[in-house]
Amino acid sequence: MTTLTAKDKQTVKAFWAKVSGKSEDIGADAVARMLVVYPQTKIYFSHWPDQSPNSPAARKHGITVMMGVGDAVTKMDDLKEGLKELSQLHAFTLRVDPGNFKILSHNILVVMAVMFPTDFTPEVHVSLDKFLAAVSLALSEKYR
Amino acid sequence: MPENSVSADLQTGSDKMVEWTDFERDTIKDIFSRIEYDVVGPAALARCLVVYPWTQRYFGGFGNLYNAAAIKGNPMVSKHGTTIMHSLDRAVKNLDDIENTYTELSVLHSEKLHVDPDNFKLLADCLTIVVAAQLGKEFTGEVQAAFQKFLAVVVSSLGRQYH
Repeated sequence: MTTLTAKDKQTVKAFWAKVSGKSEDIGADAVARMLVVYPQTKIYFSHWPDQSPNSPAARKHGITVMMGVGDAVTKMDDLKEGLKELSQLHAFTLRVDPGNFKILSHNILVVMAVMFPTDFTPEVHVSLDKFLAAVSLALSEKYR
Repeated sequence: MPENSVSADLQTGSDKMVEWTDFERDTIKDIFSRIEYDVVGPAALARCLVVYPWTQRYFGGFGNLYNAAAIKGNPMVSKHGTTIMHSLDRAVKNLDDIENTYTELSVLHSEKLHVDPDNFKLLADCLTIVVAAQLGKEFTGEVQAAFQKFLAVVVSSLGRQYH
């Protein structure tokens, strides 16, 4: 389900080139939305003194996540290898249920639609959705 | 377990009414008063057919769906997209009884159209994306939550009569 075609890779790279300048805002908004729309995800952040969606900790986390996504764009040809350490982190330390990767991916797509309504065409949407699914799969690689 | 969609799962038993806050009611009505049904509907359905191409299985009689451009320009897709929005409008006008409002539609989708109910969530996600693009920054996290809750109730109601 998540084999990226050459066209997918090209589409994602081109779109990322357009939007990466705003990656911090994208990440912050995606995490904020996730905390509001899917409040069960807050359980992973119970160590934050301030769990509100626009807290500095939430923003910082959004930035961290999008840096990971940007890194994944450069490692698109072998995500399993490229995201090996991140997978270990998520598997053994963070232990985020992989269902939440889909939730965050959905919110990243919503933010793309909000911020880049003309550029986020259906063609870009399908390739980016596939890419985020592939990233999610690579992140789950070490889980069991 | 639906693999592809993250619309919140909502189980509405017939003895349990969905409760809407004033914010949710106002937000849902506001969204639907602002969007153009014959723009948003066609865009959402076309996006669904592109992003989740297996949904094209239900539209065999619609002619040319060979690529994104063909889908976007297909008049039957547009017409059906608009029809869907008008159906959603009925749910907006009957927020406290969406389940009964959609009984016949649920039977239709199950017995006549044979639509996999997991696919309703795929269309709901595409509709969320299209509305987000239309409303921009006004589609805040709180607005998104209300809209997705509405769509989850719709999706659940459409799946109710499947046996």
